[in-house]
Amino acid sequence: MTAVPDPSATPSSAPASASGGAAAATHATPMVELVDIRVSFGGVHAVDGVSLDLYPGEVMGLVGGNGAGKSTLMRVLSGAQSPDAGEIRINGRRVSIHNPRDARTHGIETIYQTLALADNLDAPANVFLGREKVSGFGTLDDAAMESATRELMERLNPRFKNFKTAVASLSGGQRQSVAIARAIEFNATILIMDEPTAALGPAETAQVRELIRQLKADGIGIFLISHDIHDVFDLSDRISVMHHGEIVGTVKRTDVTTDQVLAMIILGKPPDEVTSEELASLH
Amino acid sequence: MQPRQRRSVGGFSRVIDVDTRLIGLIFGLAVIWIGFNIASDGTFLSARNLWNLSVQSASIAIMATGMVLIIVSRNIDLSVGALLGFTGYTMAMAQTQWIPQGLGLGLDHPLTWVITLAFGLVLGAILGGIQGFVIAYGGVPSFIVTLGGLLVWRGLIFQYAQGQTIAPLDPTFRLLGGGPQGSLGEFGSWALGALACVAIVIGLLYNRRRRASYGFPVRPIWALVLLGAVAITVVLGGVWVANSYPWPGALAAQFAERNNIPIPPGGLVIPTGIAYPVLIMIAVTIVMTHLAERRRFGRNVYAIGGNPVAAVLSGINTRRTVMLTFAVMGILAAVSGAVQTARLNAAVTGLGVQNELDVISAAVIGGTSFSGGIGTIPGAILGAVVMQSLRSGMVLMRVDSPMQDIVVGIVLVAAVGLDALLRRRTT
Repeated sequence: MTAVPDPSATPSSAPASASGGAAAATHATPMVELVDIRVSFGGVHAVDGVSLDLYPGEVMGLVGGNGAGKSTLMRVLSGAQSPDAGEIRINGRRVSIHNPRDARTHGIETIYQTLALADNLDAPANVFLGREKVSGFGTLDDAAMESATRELMERLNPRFKNFKTAVASLSGGQRQSVAIARAIEFNATILIMDEPTAALGPAETAQVRELIRQLKADGIGIFLISHDIHDVFDLSDRISVMHHGEIVGTVKRTDVTTDQVLAMIILGKPPDEVTSEELASLH
Repeated sequence: MQPRQRRSVGGFSRVIDVDTRLIGLIFGLAVIWIGFNIASDGTFLSARNLWNLSVQSASIAIMATGMVLIIVSRNIDLSVGALLGFTGYTMAMAQTQWIPQGLGLGLDHPLTWVITLAFGLVLGAILGGIQGFVIAYGGVPSFIVTLGGLLVWRGLIFQYAQGQTIAPLDPTFRLLGGGPQGSLGEFGSWALGALACVAIVIGLLYNRRRRASYGFPVRPIWALVLLGAVAITVVLGGVWVANSYPWPGALAAQFAERNNIPIPPGGLVIPTGIAYPVLIMIAVTIVMTHLAERRRFGRNVYAIGGNPVAAVLSGINTRRTVMLTFAVMGILAAVSGAVQTARLNAAVTGLGVQNELDVISAAVIGGTSFSGGIGTIPGAILGAVVMQSLRSGMVLMRVDSPMQDIVVGIVLVAAVGLDALLRRRTT
């Protein structure tokens, strides 16, 4: 698959999306541009004038301490949080996202830290939650949904076999597969992954990393929020560090060391402002 | 020993693809029935008692199907008994006063019962919907809203009934309550039973064919045949029992006299057949099961119960869905209101008092979980039958009313406790 944005993600009447889609990967119009986004909760600036972009087939690592504003920023993009100010552009075109449904029409899918799955339902029901396939007379087409889910899992996680049991009884990795399958089924071109490996064991973490590489190869743009600096270094093309609601800096992964990124996270300064004494004091 | 046995039951239920809990419930019901039958020297399982049991269970079972959806979405409805009373009373007013006087139709006009019933169902939907609106959009807990509803609807009955009983009711409307005339009769019952058997066979085969066409695993043939055979036996057995209960002798004699039928020696035997309230219950069960399992609405209700946050994030209109569950509950309370007033041939101020407790108990005994997301319509029907069987059996055994309440209360807690224990073991 090439890095062409899904045509269904933006209305075809928009000229910007047509020009953006034809261009090559990293030099194209960004898939996502967040411009000067601000969110405050009762005087606390959770996100304070943040600008960020994402290109097709790119993994953008988003790191920072607790309360740095990473999750709030991503909630803005996924429609779960309305920004107080700022602009969102998808493929160069300004859009307004007020709820998860709006985000979805622009091809944005979120895989939440808490795994937004209905534990009592089976995998196909979760994959199609809120967008169930129906046959004539509006009856749920469970067979078609199970079939589509089986096909997806064949690609994502061939060992997955529990299509008829409630996802509550599945392992963390399997549940993560269901969550990702859910995003993929609806032609997500922009994926937000909030701590995708937080609840997983080593083998399952490796599985999810492999999955992310595959999605990237398919031209999907990914925002990866993680506490795990190794995850971020392993998978990201660029890394953005947030501190107290602001972007400390956005760097290419190949340009920095893990120590430099850690310093950005902890000290809240860009790498060139960090003195060698400060860097040493971290160890 | 114990866990191994449990696992083999679980394995069996997985192969035949039927809920373990439902099998347990059927087993429990069998124990109750056989126990009471032995204790009552065969009276409990007589056609007469079973026919009465089916009619007595119907009104609670109808409402229990709606209560399942309410509880599954992590809510509760305490107002169903009062709502039943209010809609029942209003329907009695409609057919005895408003329609005859307002529309000029007589008490036995063929349209009277239809207009009355439609009016009652719409009223139930509106009142239930109002409660649902306050819960879903107003953010007031359902326990509080429906507790308030209980007081308001019951208070309204007393307010405008002034303690009066409204009777008699429209003769056609009265048939909704059952009784010898309010039943399907011998031929109709067998015809319906045959139709149901055909539907069961077609349904099982269609489902299997569809799964096979996608290459999914299907039940083994023996399980399919077993399931079909059990279902058909239950249907035909039910019809046979209903037809084994004859009209009371005096009524049959009256009927013979009116239609100039010679009375044979030993009296005229007219099989009663399936009572209309039971038919209504079956229809409600089919519609509600379809709604719960085959429609987006039902899927959304279960998703809300399983994970309310996930439901919102996946774009489900959770507020509208919750409001609609209460509107559906209101309609079902009105249906039961019609059945109960018709059966009494009167509307009394105490109609439906404490029914909410029976309805909630039926749903919970039937496997509906208060933690949300879990519960089935057929389970709730069986739960209602279990409750009514206990009461009916104890009446046969001449257990007095306070003792009945004590037993039902203990069974309710024990059933839920056992269920929780088994679930903790499986996870």
